[in-house]
Amino acid sequence: MTALHTPAPAPARGNPDPAPRRVGFTQRLSRWDVKLSPYLYISPFFLLFALVGAFPLVYTAYVSVHEWNLLGGQGEFVGLQNFADVLGQAIFWKSVGNTFSIFVLSAAPQLALAITIAALLDQNLRAATFWRMGVLVPYVVAPVAVSLIFGRMFADQYGLINAILGGIGLDPVGWHSDRFASHVAIATIVNFRWTGYNALILLAAMQAVPRELYEAAVIDGAGRFRQFFSVTIPQIRSTMVFVVITATIGGMQIFDEVRMYDPIGLGGPSRNWMTTVLYLYDVAWGNQKNFGRAAAVAWLLFLLIVCIGLINFYLTSRIAAADGDRSAVSRRRTQALIAQAQAKARAGSRAEAPTAPLPAHAAALPDDGPPGQAPPGRTTRSTRDSGGQR
Amino acid sequence: MTTRTRITLAATSIAAMTALAACGGGDSGSDSEDPGTTGSGDGGDEITLTVATFNQFGYTDEMLDRYEEEHPGITVELITADSSEDARTNLTTKIAAGGEGLADIEGIEVDWLPELMQYPDLFTDLSDPELEGRWVDWKVAQATTADGRLLGYGTDIGPEGICYRQDLFEAAGLPTDPAEVAELLGGDDATWEDYFAAGREFVANSDAAWFDGAQATYQGMVNQLESAYEDAGTGDALDLSTNTAVRDLYDQVLSASVDDGLSAGLEQWSADWDAAFQNDGFATMLCPAWMTGPVEERAGGVDGWNLADVFPGGGGNWGGSFLTVPASGANTEAATELAAWLTHPEQQTEAFGNAGTFPSQIEAQTSEEVQSATNDFFNDAPIGEIFTSRAEAIEVVPFKGANYFSIHQAVQNAVLRVDVTGEQDADSSWESAVEEFNGLGLM
Repeated sequence: MTALHTPAPAPARGNPDPAPRRVGFTQRLSRWDVKLSPYLYISPFFLLFALVGAFPLVYTAYVSVHEWNLLGGQGEFVGLQNFADVLGQAIFWKSVGNTFSIFVLSAAPQLALAITIAALLDQNLRAATFWRMGVLVPYVVAPVAVSLIFGRMFADQYGLINAILGGIGLDPVGWHSDRFASHVAIATIVNFRWTGYNALILLAAMQAVPRELYEAAVIDGAGRFRQFFSVTIPQIRSTMVFVVITATIGGMQIFDEVRMYDPIGLGGPSRNWMTTVLYLYDVAWGNQKNFGRAAAVAWLLFLLIVCIGLINFYLTSRIAAADGDRSAVSRRRTQALIAQAQAKARAGSRAEAPTAPLPAHAAALPDDGPPGQAPPGRTTRSTRDSGGQR
Repeated sequence: MTTRTRITLAATSIAAMTALAACGGGDSGSDSEDPGTTGSGDGGDEITLTVATFNQFGYTDEMLDRYEEEHPGITVELITADSSEDARTNLTTKIAAGGEGLADIEGIEVDWLPELMQYPDLFTDLSDPELEGRWVDWKVAQATTADGRLLGYGTDIGPEGICYRQDLFEAAGLPTDPAEVAELLGGDDATWEDYFAAGREFVANSDAAWFDGAQATYQGMVNQLESAYEDAGTGDALDLSTNTAVRDLYDQVLSASVDDGLSAGLEQWSADWDAAFQNDGFATMLCPAWMTGPVEERAGGVDGWNLADVFPGGGGNWGGSFLTVPASGANTEAATELAAWLTHPEQQTEAFGNAGTFPSQIEAQTSEEVQSATNDFFNDAPIGEIFTSRAEAIEVVPFKGANYFSIHQAVQNAVLRVDVTGEQDADSSWESAVEEFNGLGLM
């Protein structure tokens, strides 16, 4: 396709006289159509984003540099005072610590569990849809109901879990007095709700992994675990990055579970399980009624999430790159094996089909293809680049 | 988790829009019909009045239908929030949005009234010479600003008695008859020391604790201070580190709770507290009138509950609500009329029968219906009579300023740390409360 287009601009570039460039309105319209239409097609998202995403962000920034009482409304411009006030409050830092702790305690086991469940669901199961929908049930249950049920389970004196612990001769755990225990309890509620949800996303990615790879792996003598780590995980890498990032954002914004964990809902008497969003809520609607400071907290949280997102992205892309080398080798090998196996099995014209995508695949992996092997697709692209732009 | 937030947001905005639509409907109705007809009440003036309450105010559809019949052209809609906390957030958020979407009549609990009293312009002045003498004096005083504006009509009040388990009393060798129990706890001159002394006797002979938790007990005690955390004259916060009156109560309740082991170490409304009702966790608790409902709800199947006409340290009031008319409403006059009707002794007597909310109207309190009311769950205790006598015993109306809630919470947190979670001792927990207080930046 690209090869067909490339010659077209070349004569235009070669002709120094601008006169022949004059084109009819219809032509111009069609050129605008080509240039503008794609942007118009995607514009609804950006318009909507500007309305419900960017505007609140900017307005929050505006609020954060003013005195702003919940009931009294806008006050004076105070610059960065609100940020200084928030950063000076010990509870803010405690809430950040709590958020991280709960996030780590929930995200790590959640992803490990989700990927395991997804791998199990990816097998040939009887009534697969039933099981697959089953893991989504916790997600459908209202968060408040989940919190109520778990609240009963994690009660200190008459709670189910402490009763079981007592039954097997262990000391009861102070779910509401020990800081770490409270984080574990809240992380459990989060995991209950979100593991199945993430498992389904990962399952969808696993379903898209070409089955030939597994066949080839089996021919190579790989067991279930080896298949999982050497084929499944590298193949669903991009989905995992997505899940990790959404889990991070969600983990930083955790609210419902913490709010419902005790009757007052502000993180306990020592704020042992007050998260940053809960702190924001307390500042805005609770005791301080200070929208200015709450807006400052919101922005600090936003910056924090961006920071963590970047670190996350850096780490996952490093892992992805490291994995990429390994998988590229194995993929090439497996595809060669597929070709061989199929060639052996049914000799003749059928064998061409699997070999055909081989160079294209190699080209798609930027750094792997040896220079000599550079396929035609690549060269056309570079010619188009130089011809069309300069 | 982002999705969750969005769902919450969506739900909130839908709720807000519904409320808006309800109000908008009323507006447009009255606007379009107004020019054509003169005078109200002849069926031409169609308006919808919304009443926002929480929990149970005891207003039934039949009651509202009656009002609609008496006032042709007026439709009354009742919006009920799940909890007072929800209602408070809803109210403050909508006030912050300029009053858009507020109901014509908003129910407000006495605990969050002070913060709203700072902005009297947001509400219609309801003072009406004709209604003078309808409520107990202190109820009116709570909703009256310094310059004499009345922001809310009183609905119910929370006079406190002592709920107790007569079966546990009997097992521990204490008297079980309500009159004898009242005497045991000190009778008319009951003090907190009497109450705790009886508790020490009880716990020596029983496995159960004496009361549910220090937090609830402290609440009853601090409500008897005239100005606990703030200067009644200026409204300024008192320095907590030198607040000896509060510190005394704090020490008293914690030494009884922890040192004497009278407390079951429960935080009210927690899952443990709920479960303790079924597990004979404690024998007594402070009982505002509205608390009889929650106790019955949690202690279903337990036979021994009774109610004693006594309260340590003089009478006490815990909770109670008001009906206010936000000034931003389109039909404030009609809404005021409805609020006055709803808080009329007759309707409040009916509401008491419906939801157990003890009326704040003198006439309603003395009515035959209220006086003869009994509660079979509390072994046929004459609750009408008892709570009337408890309401009469209330002498002190605590001053609650704009910062009452925050300071009170700091102290309650300190109480919880010692009594429930046990992570600190009384002294160090008090230090933390002072720190928290200083963090509020009120001094």
